[in-house]
Amino acid sequence: MIEIEGITKRYDTTTVVDDVSMVIEPRTIAVIVGTSGSGKTTLLRMINRLVEPTAGIIKLDGADNRSVPGYELRRSIGYAIQGHGLFPHRTVAQNIATVPVLLGWEKNRIRARVDELMTLYQLDPQEFGPRYPHELSGGQQQRVGVARALAAEPNVLLMDEPFGALDPIIRTKAQEDLLAIQKRFGTTIILVTHDMEEAVHMGDKIAVMDAGKLVQYAKPAEILANPASSFVETLVGASERPFRLLSLGRVRDAVENGAAEGEAIPGDASQRDALAELLWTGRPALPVKGADGKPLGRVTVDGLVKRAARPA
Amino acid sequence: MKAWLPLLLRLALVVLLVAFVTSPGWFEPMLKPLTENNAPVIYNQGSLLTLTLLHLRTVLIATVAATIVAVALAILVTRPAGAEFLPLSRSLVNIGQTFPPVAVLALAVPAVGFGEKPTLIALFLYGLLPIFENALTGLTTLPANVVEAARGAGMTGWQRLTKVELPLSAPIILGGIRLSVVISLATATIGSTVAAKTLGEVIIAGLLSNNLAFILQGGLIVAALAVLIYDGLSAIERYAARRMGREAE
Repeated sequence: MIEIEGITKRYDTTTVVDDVSMVIEPRTIAVIVGTSGSGKTTLLRMINRLVEPTAGIIKLDGADNRSVPGYELRRSIGYAIQGHGLFPHRTVAQNIATVPVLLGWEKNRIRARVDELMTLYQLDPQEFGPRYPHELSGGQQQRVGVARALAAEPNVLLMDEPFGALDPIIRTKAQEDLLAIQKRFGTTIILVTHDMEEAVHMGDKIAVMDAGKLVQYAKPAEILANPASSFVETLVGASERPFRLLSLGRVRDAVENGAAEGEAIPGDASQRDALAELLWTGRPALPVKGADGKPLGRVTVDGLVKRAARPA
Repeated sequence: MKAWLPLLLRLALVVLLVAFVTSPGWFEPMLKPLTENNAPVIYNQGSLLTLTLLHLRTVLIATVAATIVAVALAILVTRPAGAEFLPLSRSLVNIGQTFPPVAVLALAVPAVGFGEKPTLIALFLYGLLPIFENALTGLTTLPANVVEAARGAGMTGWQRLTKVELPLSAPIILGGIRLSVVISLATATIGSTVAAKTLGEVIIAGLLSNNLAFILQGGLIVAALAVLIYDGLSAIERYAARRMGREAE
C-alpha cells in the first residue's frame, strides 16, 4: 500500500505539486492522468525520491520512504520511463540484470530471473540476451525496459508514460502484456499518462491532476459518470464518454437470452467492440460464445445502448 | 580489393618506419642527394631508434598526465557540487592552450632546469584543453533518459559515473586524447631546444648545419608516428562508438 499524505513540491515560487493526498491499494493499478505541466511526473518521481518533496510524507507499506537512503529505496521500486532509457553499452541481458547486480544477487539467480522475464516477454534469451539495445525494434526495447524494471521482483512499479513512444498496434499489445504480468506478480503499479483512453483501460483507479492539484481520484466508471470538474469532463472528452463506459464492461455481462445469426463474439471482448461490430454490420443482435466456444446467448444494440447511458 | 588498400598502405608505413629507425643505413642512397659537401646523411649524434622511443615516452607521459587531470577536472565540474567551478576551470585550461609551448619552455627552464621536465610541462599544459573540452562535452550530452534510468535503478553517484557516464562518453573522450596526442607528437620536437631527448634533436641539428637530409628524416619519422597513432586511436574510437550503438562521426 502506498500512502501519499499532503505532498507538496515547490521550485522557488512555482508550486508544481500542491498538497496531494491519495492511497493506492496493494496489487492494483493507479493511473495518474493530466496535461503536460500538471505535476503528474513530479508526483511519481517523489515516490522513489528522484525528487524530494518540499512538504508531506509518502509511506510504502507503512514505512516512510525517507527511512532508507534514496538509492536503496530505488532498488526496491521498479521504474520504467518513456523511451525505455536502456543502457546502450550493455547487452539486453545485462540491462535486465541491472538492479539484481546492484543488490548483489548470486549469478545463477540473476541468470534464472533474466531468462524468466525474457521468456515472459516473448524474447528468446539465447537469441536476444547477447544483443545490444540498438539492435532491437522499438516494441522489443520497450519490453526490455519493463523487464529491467521488474527484475528485482519489486512490489511497486512506477511507470512514466511507458508506452508513449510506441505505435498504436504495439501499444495495445504492450498494455495487454502489462495487465497480464500485473495479474501474475501482483505488483502495485502507478502509471503516468496523458491518454485518457489508456487510463480507463489500465486503471483500477484514476487520479486526475491539474495545475499541481489532485482534482479527482476514483474508479474509471465514476470518473466517466461524475466528473468532478469541467476540466475532468474535458479530459474525458464528452463525446467519447458513452464509448469509454462501454469499453470498461465485458460482453459476457451484457448477454441476453436468445439467438442471433452470424459470427459469434467472444464473451471476453469489450462491450464497445460488440457495439462497434453491430453498428458496422448493420445487425440488431450478435451471438456470444464462451471461452470454450459454447454459445452464451446474444447481445443487442438496444441492450448495449442502455448500458452506455449515464449511470444514475 | 579496395577494402584492403588502406590496410595495406598502413602496414607498408609501419614496415617502412620500423626499418628506417632500426637500420637507417639502408636508406642512405635515397637521402644522399639532399646533402652537400660530403656531410653525413644519417643522423650520427645518437641512434634514431632511441630518439624515437624517447620521443614517444615523453608524449606518453605528458598525455597520460593530461588525461588524468583533464578527465578528473571534467568529472568534478559536472557533479552538482563542482558546477560552480566550471567557468573557472574552463578559463584555466584555455590559458594552458593559449600559452605558446615555446613560452612555457622559456618560463619552465629557470624553474626546473634543462632536459625532459620543461618539455613535459609544456606538453601537459598544451594537451589539457582538447581532452577537457571533449570530456565535458561527453559528460554533459549524455542521453537524459539513460541517466534518469540509472538513477531510477538505484545506482549511487559513483556507480552512475563508472558504469554509465564514463563508458558512454568514452568515444568522445578518446577523440580528445587523439587530438592531444597528435599535437604533442609535433610539439615535442621543440623540446630539443631545451635539451630534451626527442626527434626534434635531429631536425634542429639539420637546421644548424643546413643539412636537409637530417631535417627530412626527423620530420618524416614524427609525421609517420602521428599518422599511425591518429589512425589507431580513430579505429578504437569507432569500435567504442559502435558498441554504444552510435554512429561514429
